[in-house]
Amino acid sequence: MASPSTTADVVAPPRSPDSDNYLTHEKGFLSWALTLDHKRIGIMYLTSVLAAFALGGTFALILRTELLTPGKTIIDHDTYNQMFTLHGAVMVFLVIIPGIPAGLGNIVLPLQLGAKDVAFPKLNLASYYLWVLGAIFMITSLVMNAADTGWTFYAPYSTTTQTAVAPAAMGAFILGFSSIFTGLNFIVTIHKLRPPGMGWFRLPLFVWALYSTALIQVLATPVIGITLLMLIVERLLHIGIFDPALGGDPVLFQHFFWFYSHPAVYIMVVPGFGVIGDIIPVFSRKRIFGYKFIAVSSLAIAFLGFLVWGHHMFVAGQSLLAGSIFSAITFLIAIPTAIKVFNWITTMYKGRIHLDTPMLYALAFLWVFTIGGLTGVFLAVMSVDVHLHDTYFVVAHFHYVMMGGAITAMLAGIHYWWPKATGRMYNEKVGRLGALIVFVGLNVTFFPQFILGSRGMPRRYYNYLPEFQPLHQLSTFGAYVLGLGFLMTAVSLIRSVMKKPDAPANPWGSRTLEWTISSPPPYYNFKTPPPVTRGPYDDYETLVYDEKIHGYVEKSA
Amino acid sequence: MITPVLLLQPAQNLPKFPESPTVWMPLDASVTAHDVDWLYMFMVYGSLIFAAGIFAAMVYFVKTYRAKSRVANEHAEPSSEHNTTLEITWSIIPLLVCVALFVWGFQGFVSLRTPPKGAMEIQATGQKWKWLFDYPHGTEDALHVPVNRPVRIVIHSVDVLHSLFLPNFRVKMDAIPGRYTDLWFQATQAGDFPIFCAEYCGTSHSDMLAHVIVHPPGEYEKWLAEQKRKMEDIPLPELGKLLYSKQGCSTCHSVDGSKLIGPSWKGAFGRTEHFTDGTSTAVDENYIRQSIMDPQAKIVESFPPSMPTYQGKLSDRQLLGIIEYIKSLK
Repeated sequence: MASPSTTADVVAPPRSPDSDNYLTHEKGFLSWALTLDHKRIGIMYLTSVLAAFALGGTFALILRTELLTPGKTIIDHDTYNQMFTLHGAVMVFLVIIPGIPAGLGNIVLPLQLGAKDVAFPKLNLASYYLWVLGAIFMITSLVMNAADTGWTFYAPYSTTTQTAVAPAAMGAFILGFSSIFTGLNFIVTIHKLRPPGMGWFRLPLFVWALYSTALIQVLATPVIGITLLMLIVERLLHIGIFDPALGGDPVLFQHFFWFYSHPAVYIMVVPGFGVIGDIIPVFSRKRIFGYKFIAVSSLAIAFLGFLVWGHHMFVAGQSLLAGSIFSAITFLIAIPTAIKVFNWITTMYKGRIHLDTPMLYALAFLWVFTIGGLTGVFLAVMSVDVHLHDTYFVVAHFHYVMMGGAITAMLAGIHYWWPKATGRMYNEKVGRLGALIVFVGLNVTFFPQFILGSRGMPRRYYNYLPEFQPLHQLSTFGAYVLGLGFLMTAVSLIRSVMKKPDAPANPWGSRTLEWTISSPPPYYNFKTPPPVTRGPYDDYETLVYDEKIHGYVEKSA
Repeated sequence: MITPVLLLQPAQNLPKFPESPTVWMPLDASVTAHDVDWLYMFMVYGSLIFAAGIFAAMVYFVKTYRAKSRVANEHAEPSSEHNTTLEITWSIIPLLVCVALFVWGFQGFVSLRTPPKGAMEIQATGQKWKWLFDYPHGTEDALHVPVNRPVRIVIHSVDVLHSLFLPNFRVKMDAIPGRYTDLWFQATQAGDFPIFCAEYCGTSHSDMLAHVIVHPPGEYEKWLAEQKRKMEDIPLPELGKLLYSKQGCSTCHSVDGSKLIGPSWKGAFGRTEHFTDGTSTAVDENYIRQSIMDPQAKIVESFPPSMPTYQGKLSDRQLLGIIEYIKSLK
């Protein structure tokens, strides 16, 4: 058990209206807008990210609807191009990159460390407002004359098109700083604010994942910042950097872009690994299998992720030698990734598995992430990538990883920590049904796209050959199912905040520190740093389920 | 909305895939395609086996070790929490598979990147939104090649990035302005196959389609001779009409008065055009010639400055052909 001084909180007395927690501690708009509390900043981040997700998702549904027929269905060429650009930019820069670290991580990280807050609370608030500013720039581009470059901003198209590329690029630039601030904050927090007794190998796996992610955020993001700035300078001042007409080199842009954007793929998915690593042992009532391998494989992925950017450029005229080195290192990433999946599966062996909503999302994650990972191997094989590059196969692959990996993990995390963050339980039946619908929708949407791609359907196509229509229609149907699943989940979660029942301190029987304090947590989290005497997934036997409070308590209590 | 909407290109000219024997890939029609397909199918089956193992374990564990209820307070059975032998085994086996895949992929890539000596060469140009292929008699909007002969395509772009993608031959290469790239293939059967642009290039990216015409033995030379004769013999307006479709003019200029990316040619001759610099002029032979050779010199109001130059691409007779063709469009 953590500390005698927190035992009183573990029992979670029924919450009275005047009980003091971070949600009730202060009132009024400014108490939120100027808050330095990591939990409130996390809630603001998560709300904003989910709003952006709704916007990006709406774009996706319009795009999929357009693709119901080979010619024009509802929108014209240019609108389609602008919409897939914004769909990508919003989902990448506004949703997936900040989603788990800045949203869930902000709420959970200090709690898991038994800390009162992150190391730099003001920097944390600044990061949130940079996100808002970045979002405003993105929306400015949307309102002015939305960029039509694709989220990759490839030159020289991006430096010559007449759409509002500069505001969108500026938005991504600002969002980069937001991401750096969060990363920096987390690195320092994890180094300096661990409680007594919590060595590196007693960190929850979510903390390990956030640590690996933060390293990438801090080291890689400056490169995209400077690249986008150069792009803006070229557009506005006609200084030749990337456009050959001005003496620049368009392939240089691709190198710069992917030097960030490939590691960024791991900014997006590694935090998801952390969520899954936290959930599977709790819902299997069993210690995680191969803790050290899982923890260190996150670092290995973060490191190797820096050395593979050239695999996006096998058909961009890159030399044979460079291509083969990038290909070889890309294969290496498959190993730590596979290790994680094996260890998660093995954790369930001889456990006692509870299929609550977070676990269902975690199992869905294992399924779709396995498919996303395996199809990544196809693209690492150079000769096969020549055919698959820039087709729907790639679209399907990264949606399985981003949507199926990062977003599914984010939903798992949201459902797992929801009682802790809001103090309310959601309707479990609706939660499970939502998980099922999202899982089915995801596979129906994206699996047909693998076949479309290997049959030769290029990506970013407004019109297409009639023979591709049946698979496109199936994919669009899946997207509607997916949209329905998200809508249902959103309604259920919003309703839960307004209704009883109150959540107990520890509804799932978890062992990490955030569950030793009341739900929602007190304003100062922990009165004193709780001394830690065991690992984050140890001794589930010492918790017993108390039917009266629908949560777990210490056996002795 | 920035540029006027481009209409669908004529439906009758859409390329079409020949019937394929498998659901996974289009028909393989080049000497290197078989290797790519073999490796692809190897990975499809390998992935299916791997994924089936993972999913079976997952489903089996969930079924076997499912807890009855929270209230029952069941505990996990004792089992080890760590096993170095197991960890090493499941690291080494995937690693070995990956090494094999890398080697096969590398070998395949080397042969895709190494055209045989003496391969026939054809220049390909990507421009918004048309592929042009160079032949001794001029350019064509379809790629014509003989069957069973290696062909190297030298690719470049005059504006933004494009990518020449021939799905039936399993080859693709980006077209980059200011740089030359290449790809090669050797068709194994005669026929008509699609070409796509695979690198996003703006408004009509998805209409940047073309045909590969693979001629049966002996037919290719006949076709070349026929084209050469056509270019020299036919009357000027007809030559202009031919060039209108083959040079990519039709992508942006209509001949029926409808507004595309550029001004329509219908009734253009003699019409007074107003330019973005405030001047205006009546369209005559010299204006048309200047618009083709130095298209950025005068931009007609309300149109984007997106036309590439044709300097060096058209002979004097071909220029005259286009001028006469425009004149004929009353």
